[in-house]
Amino acid sequence: MELRLNVQSSPHVRDRISTSAIMLDVIIALIPATVWGLIKFGIHAAALVVISVASAVISETLYNFAVKKQNTIYDLSCVVTGLIVGLNMPPEVPFFVPVVGSFFAIVIVKMLFGGLGQNFMNPALAGRCFCLISFAGFMNNYTSRMSVDAYTSATPLILLKNGHEVNLLDMLFGNIPGTIGEISAICLLLGATYLAAKKVIDLRIPITYILTFVVFIMIFGQGKTTNVNYILGEVLGGGLIFGAFFMATDYVTSPITPLGKIIYGILLGVLTGIFRLFGKSGESVSYVILISNLLVPLIESFTVPTAFGKGGK
Amino acid sequence: MYTFKHGVHPEEMKELSKDRQIKIVKAGKVLVFPMQQHIGAKAKPCVKVGDNVLVGQIIGEADGVISANVLSSVSGKVISIENRLVVGGQKVESIIIENDEKYDAIKGFGLERDFNTLSNDEIIKIVKDAGIVGLGGASFPTHVKLSPKDPNAIDYVLVNGAECEPYLTSDYRLMIEETETLIKGLQCILKLFPRAKGVICVEDNKKDAYEKITKACSTISNIETALMKTKYPQGGERQLIFAITGRKINVSTLPADAGCIVDNVDTVISIGNAVCKSTPLLRRIMTLSGDVYNETANLNVRFGISYQEVIDAVGGFSTSPEKIVSGGPMMGLPVFSLDMPVSKNSSALLAFSKDPLSKEKETNCINCGRCVSACPINLLPTRMLKAAKMGNFDEYIKLNGPECITCGSCSFVCPAKKPLTPYFSYMKFAVRGYLNSKKEAKK
Ligand code: SF4
Ligand code: SF4
Repeated sequence: MELRLNVQSSPHVRDRISTSAIMLDVIIALIPATVWGLIKFGIHAAALVVISVASAVISETLYNFAVKKQNTIYDLSCVVTGLIVGLNMPPEVPFFVPVVGSFFAIVIVKMLFGGLGQNFMNPALAGRCFCLISFAGFMNNYTSRMSVDAYTSATPLILLKNGHEVNLLDMLFGNIPGTIGEISAICLLLGATYLAAKKVIDLRIPITYILTFVVFIMIFGQGKTTNVNYILGEVLGGGLIFGAFFMATDYVTSPITPLGKIIYGILLGVLTGIFRLFGKSGESVSYVILISNLLVPLIESFTVPTAFGKGGK
Repeated sequence: MYTFKHGVHPEEMKELSKDRQIKIVKAGKVLVFPMQQHIGAKAKPCVKVGDNVLVGQIIGEADGVISANVLSSVSGKVISIENRLVVGGQKVESIIIENDEKYDAIKGFGLERDFNTLSNDEIIKIVKDAGIVGLGGASFPTHVKLSPKDPNAIDYVLVNGAECEPYLTSDYRLMIEETETLIKGLQCILKLFPRAKGVICVEDNKKDAYEKITKACSTISNIETALMKTKYPQGGERQLIFAITGRKINVSTLPADAGCIVDNVDTVISIGNAVCKSTPLLRRIMTLSGDVYNETANLNVRFGISYQEVIDAVGGFSTSPEKIVSGGPMMGLPVFSLDMPVSKNSSALLAFSKDPLSKEKETNCINCGRCVSACPINLLPTRMLKAAKMGNFDEYIKLNGPECITCGSCSFVCPAKKPLTPYFSYMKFAVRGYLNSKKEAKK
């Protein structure tokens, strides 16, 4: 029998997990929040999400075509980016906004730096912040044609800032104004549970992030230490849940070292606390994650774990 | 239950061959004995072309402190001494023997002996003469391992029965079929280390073997058994020592520094055979498994038989394999020719119709950290790969790269299918060269 044998070196078996399977899991985890957003905000919002994803996929394809590289869309990471850009849009922005956002995210932030895994900032968030700066008027308008009441277009964070109480149940289920994907804490947590159960995300970052944030506002929240409505309102509002579980956990832009993840979570919590208490913008979570992204290499450099048998634990 | 931190859970696949009793393979007409089947210096041929040799006769003498004898596994005539291909891909000086099929053995072969009547030096000499090396894969000469600086500092003799590599079942079969010899062998070792306790360590997917051994050694005061969690690489020397004793060794310390002697099941049985039955190391037990064999098997194979003959002994392949592995799938070597002799370091012959690696598509590293959570040595494989690819040795060393045990766990879990472990195996040598040239530059 003539034998033609492969000779790659060990290991000769591999786990079934693949990059695209992981991305698919993230997409699945975002389905509840997406569906809820579409129910709440209607057909225009649905179109925004579709356009956002499509723009991301097309941008990546065109880029690869332009630089004559193999198309990388099959790893599905551009779908995740496009989806997150879309879910970060207020419900009534014009259609060109997510196109710009996704293009910026994919081409400028990701592909120009070498593609998947090479970027140092979260592409979707960078895309969102680019839109926030460029189209501030559109991006800060949370009115939805689905609700005529002007009062409800004030986000919970603004209400809290002005000393009002917020309806926590509405925040939990997502009966509040906000971006398409961030409003329902329950839907987001459902997705996060799925990701955690499938070991796609490591809970170290989101948990330390949220805990640090809570402790921070309890200490510095000026007399609101025990105000449950205030504290839970701050946690459930302003896209913190979305950011903590779906954006701060982005593999590429968070530390890979176990200790680094904890430090990163603490950093996020403290910065978000500072922005929320002393800043004006309601978009603190996005900016905080982007700023912290830049510190990841530094955090990693001093948290290299001790090798087995090299002293310590 | 005993275990270590991190590690992975590849599919076990042991059902394929675990119930196959060990069968003896008949030797063919011509056998090949490479002079290098162990770590250390090559053995020196001590026979000439035309000489007649006997079963158990030393044909290659250990040359230097770390080296091992090579013995003939058949009787017959030396027909040639020439370079032959071995599994690693090198050509190694080998003695070719024509089998006369009489199996005439050296004097005293097979005589029963009571180890209690032997002195420690005699035991070590028997082990050395018998050509025994570690049969778990590393092939370190056993008589060297058994002679640490201070035998009184050894308080554990660990028998590695983890067999944590998928597919492999040869140690399992031995633990079931040769329980007595295993315990005898361990007693011989323990005689050398009066203050040590012997622990036979078995993974919990081999409970029946564990129970059989536990029962058999229940009356022996200095031998215990330990059940370990089934996890790869539980049988790695550092992981095993940590799991049982909580002590940690690294690349620059030896098990003996942690008060431990670690030997694999087949090695201990070989010691038992050599000391108590005057039968030197002439064979090894091999698992033949995978999806293309007409029959999977656990075989008792005399050294020198070719891979092709071993495969023929179980009726060959049903379809043509795309990949053959010598050893386990996590750390074994790819086989590119079957015209190679079975030697002390060939632990299994796995054959697969499809190479799972050939279809995998590599993507960029997504920094998911799976390799980090898998690494039993607590390293950052993705960062090491980057340093290795850029030839940045200083960074690689700073990342503790030289501590890597090339266990394959990181490559196994990587969703981006990065060739992590292959690079680290290469870096093992490259770093040594780099450090040497740096030293010389300083002079
Ligand atoms: S497992 Fe693979 S993709 Fe994940 S961090 Fe390690 S090298 Fe990168
Ligand atoms: S091959 Fe090396 S780096 Fe990879 S998991 Fe094993 S010890 Fe760690």
